[in-house]
Amino acid sequence: MTRQPGTSGLIFNEPNVWDKSRDGRCAISLPRADVDRAPLDPALTGDAPDLPQLSELDVVRHYTRLSQWNFGVDSGMYPLGSCTMKYNPKTNEVQAARQGFAGAHPLAGEAFSQGTLRLMYELEQYLAEITGYAGVTLQPAAGAHGELAGMLIIHAYHAKQGRQRSKIIIPDTAHGTNPASATLCGYKSINLKSGPKGILEPDAVAAVMDEDTAGIMITNPNTLGLFEEHIKEICDIVHAKGGLVYGDGANMNAIMGVVKPGDAGIDVLHLNLHKTFSTPHGGGGPGSGPVAVTEALIPFLPVPRVEKELDTFKLVSDCPDTIGRMHTFYGHFGVMVKAYAYILSMGPRGLLDASRLAVLNANYIKDSLKDTLNLPYDRPCMHECVFNDARQKSYHITTMDMAKRLLDYGFHPPTVYFPLVVEGAFMVEPTETESKDDIDQFINAVKAIAKEAESAPEKLTRAPVLPKVTRLDEVSAARKPCLRG
Amino acid sequence: MRYLPHTQEDIKEMLAVTGRTSLDDLFDTIPDALKTKNGLNLPDPLTEWELNDHMEKLASENIACKGYTCFIGAGSYDHYIPAIIPYLVSRSEFATAYTPYQPEVSQGTLQGIYEFQTMVTDLLGMDIATASHYDCGTALAECALIALRKNKKADKIAVSDLVHPSHRQIIDTYLKPAGFKMVTIGHTKEGRTDISALEAMDGIAGLAVQSPNFFGHIEDLAACKKVADSKKILFITSFTEALAWGLLKNPGSFGADLVAGEGQSLGIAKTFGGPGLGLLAGTKKLMRDLPGRLVGRTKDTNGEDGYVLTLSTREQHIRREKASSNICSNNGLNAMTAAMYLSTIGKIGIREIAQLNHDKAVYLKSILTSAGFEPAFDQPFFNEFVMKAPKNFKQKRAELINRHCMFAGLDLAPFYPQLTDHYLFCATEKVSRQQMDQLAKEVA
Ligand SMILES: Cc1ncc(COP(=O)(O)O)c(C=O)c1O
Repeated sequence: MTRQPGTSGLIFNEPNVWDKSRDGRCAISLPRADVDRAPLDPALTGDAPDLPQLSELDVVRHYTRLSQWNFGVDSGMYPLGSCTMKYNPKTNEVQAARQGFAGAHPLAGEAFSQGTLRLMYELEQYLAEITGYAGVTLQPAAGAHGELAGMLIIHAYHAKQGRQRSKIIIPDTAHGTNPASATLCGYKSINLKSGPKGILEPDAVAAVMDEDTAGIMITNPNTLGLFEEHIKEICDIVHAKGGLVYGDGANMNAIMGVVKPGDAGIDVLHLNLHKTFSTPHGGGGPGSGPVAVTEALIPFLPVPRVEKELDTFKLVSDCPDTIGRMHTFYGHFGVMVKAYAYILSMGPRGLLDASRLAVLNANYIKDSLKDTLNLPYDRPCMHECVFNDARQKSYHITTMDMAKRLLDYGFHPPTVYFPLVVEGAFMVEPTETESKDDIDQFINAVKAIAKEAESAPEKLTRAPVLPKVTRLDEVSAARKPCLRG
Repeated sequence: MRYLPHTQEDIKEMLAVTGRTSLDDLFDTIPDALKTKNGLNLPDPLTEWELNDHMEKLASENIACKGYTCFIGAGSYDHYIPAIIPYLVSRSEFATAYTPYQPEVSQGTLQGIYEFQTMVTDLLGMDIATASHYDCGTALAECALIALRKNKKADKIAVSDLVHPSHRQIIDTYLKPAGFKMVTIGHTKEGRTDISALEAMDGIAGLAVQSPNFFGHIEDLAACKKVADSKKILFITSFTEALAWGLLKNPGSFGADLVAGEGQSLGIAKTFGGPGLGLLAGTKKLMRDLPGRLVGRTKDTNGEDGYVLTLSTREQHIRREKASSNICSNNGLNAMTAAMYLSTIGKIGIREIAQLNHDKAVYLKSILTSAGFEPAFDQPFFNEFVMKAPKNFKQKRAELINRHCMFAGLDLAPFYPQLTDHYLFCATEKVSRQQMDQLAKEVA
C-alpha cells in the first residue's frame, strides 16, 4: 500500500445540459389525459420555461459524467476539518427511502403519522441522552439554523426575564455562522481572544461579561481541536451575571459518551446530524441542526413539539413562550431517519468507540506530522488538529499550494485558512472511519509534499494537474460574475 | 462495529506514536469532574437486519407505507418522481461530498448547481437564483430581511394573509428579535390579497404575496407590483408549487424584486415535509444582498471553462457578524435533484404536466360540486382550490382514509378559523379520473 491513490484516468467532457437539447425530446413518459383540457385565461399563462429537451439516456449520461468530476467520502479520505466527513452508511439511505417515510405527507394528520412522530420523539430522547439535556428540537434545518434557533431561545429567555441585553461574547476561534446568527437576533458581537494555549481563559471572559451581555457562544471542542478545559468556570462566570451559554456542538464527534455538554453548564447546544451522526452532506446539504436545552429553556423551543401521551404521539403548538416556528413543517425528517438509524446501529458503546477512535486518529496524525508541518498549538487534541504553513513560507509555498498538491496525490485536502486565529491554517479531521493504512498513506503524502516544497516547489504552485480542471480564476469570477448560462 | 476499521494492533501502534497507553489517556485534557461516568443509556446496537425490521415496523405505522391517494397539497405535493432521479442523485460522488470548497475536485456539484441556478432563473423569469435555501418559508424570511436592510427607515414587512400560514409564522420568528414587525394584509371575498389595504400603511420595507396563494388562486401580481412601486418598496413574491410556472406567467414578468419558492415539487419526495428545497431569486440589482451560496463560471489556468463558489464576501465565513445571512449548508443535493428533474421533464414535459395538474383540478372541482360541495370562491387557480363541504363530510373523510387510503382535502379551520367546513383540495398529474370519480361517489 505504498502507492498513492491519485492517478489519472479517462473522464469525459460534458457540455452544459442545454447544449445537448434538441427540440422535441422529452425524458419523461407523460401520463395520458383522462379528463378534458381546461384552458386557463391566456392573460394568466406564459410561455413554457426554456428547459433542456433531452432523452432519458441524455440525462443519465450528463449527470453520470458530472458525478465523475467530484470527490466524495466514498472516493477517498476527506479530512476536511470541522466537517466530520465520516463514512455515510448505506443502510441509512435504505431506511430513509422506505415508502412509509419518503411518501409521508406532512399534513396527513397525527393519527396517520405515528411512525414518523415516534421516530422523532425517540431521536430527541437519544440526542438528549448523548448531550445531557432535558429537551431537544429537531426542527432546525442545518447547523447555522440551529444556532439561530438557540440564539432566539436566549433572546426569548432574556425578554421573559424582563430585560433584553445587547451583546454576546464570541471567541476568535468561532465559526463565522456564530456571529452571523447573533446578529440576526440584534446582538452585537464582542470578540474575545483565546489564551496562549488556544483555549479561553476564565479571566478574559470575566473581564467582558457584564449585565448587558446576553451570554457567550462557545464551540467545544473548539475549532483548534482543543477541549475548552475551563468550560465549567466560564459557564459559572456567565451565569453569575445572568447570562446564558450557547454551545456550538459541531465538534460533538470527539466526545460522545465521554462528556455531556449539559453537565458542563452549557445551556443550549446545537448538533449537526450531517457531521457527527453520519448523514451525507450532499455537496452542500441538506443537513439537520437539532438544538438541545436545559429544563429551564424547554418552554422557548420552537413549535410544533412532538409529545407522547400514553402510547400515542402528537404535535403540540400551544406553547406561550415559544420562539415560534423555524421551518415550514417539522425540519429535515429524511435526515433524521438516517441519524436515528446510525444511533441504533452503533449503540452506546459504538458511539463512544467512534469518538475515541476519531480522537486517536487525529492525535496520530498530529504527532506523525508535527516534524513536517508547523503546529502552532502543540497540545493533545481532540478530533482534529490544526497545522500551518510557517515552515514552508521560506520556499514561498502556502497552505493553499499544499492543499492543491494533495489533490494530485488522491486526497481531499483539509480545511484551509480556518480557524482565522491560525495564519494559513491547515486543519485536519480524519474521523474514526479512516483506517490506519489510509491515514499512513495520507501522512506519507503530506511528507512527500513537504519535501517537494523544498526540492521542486513548482510541483506545488502548479498543482493540481490531475483533476478535470486546474486552479480556477476566482478573482474574475467575483469581479465579473456569470451566475447563469 | 462494521464502520470502525481499527484492529487492536492498529490501536496499540497508534497509541504508541501519541505517547499514550490507553484510549482513555487521549482525553486527559478534560477535567475528570466533567467526564460521563456510567456510559450512555441508549438501546443496544442492532444488526443491519434487525434495523431493517425495526424501521419497517415504524414506517408501517404511517399510512404512507400503503400508498395512498393524496388530494392534499398545501406546500407538499404528490408528483410523480421518475426512476432516474433517485438513481442519479444517490451517486455517492454527489451525495458524499461536502460543499465545493475545492473546486478542482467538485466540478460535478458546481456545474450541476450552475445549471440549477440557470433553470430556476428561466422558470421564474429572474436574473439570479441562489444555490438554494432550506425551504420556502426560510427563504421568504430572508427576503423580508433583505428588504428591511435595503430600507433602513422602515421596520415592517407587509405580508398577505394568503401566504402559507407556516411561512408567515417563520417570518414572524425571524423578524421579532431584531425589532421588526410583520403586518398582515387581509384578503377579499374573492380569495385574493386585498392590496388596497397596503396603500394606507407606513414604515413598510417590502410587500410579500404568494401566487398561486394558499387557496390556490392566481394573484393579480401586476396590481400588487403597482402598489409596491407607488410605495417605493420591494416586491417579494412566493410560491409553494413550482410546477405552476410550467403554465402561468412567471413572477419576473410582473417585476418581482425577490422571489422565494418551494421546490419540493421538482422531483423531491414529500418525506413528511423535509428536506424540501428553498428557491431564492432576485434581480441583478440585489445580487450583493442575496443570502447563501452562488456558483459562477470562470476559467482555469489553461483557459478551460470551470465553476467556483463566488461572491463570498457576502457570506458568514468572510463577513462574520456583517454577513448578509448566517446560512452555511443549504439544501444542495435537493437542488441537484431539482436540476435533474427539470432536465428530465424538459420544456415539453413541464408544460404538459402543469396543464394536466390544472385540468385534473378543474375536473375535481366540478365533480365535487355535483356531489354537493360548494365552491368557496370563483377564481382562476392552478391545482388547488377551496370547497365548502356538506354537513357530514368530516365523518366521511375519516372513513375514506380508513377504508380507501384516500385523503380528501385539508381542513382549513385550524388555519383560517372563519373557514369552518372549508377544505383545500389538490389534484396532481398522479390522480386518475377513476380515483376522482370514486371520491365524488363516496362523499355524495
Ligand atoms: C464549528 C461549526 N459551526 C457551525 C457550522 C454551521 O453548520 P451548517 O453548515 O450545517 O449550517 C459549521 C459548519 O461548517 C461548523 O464547522
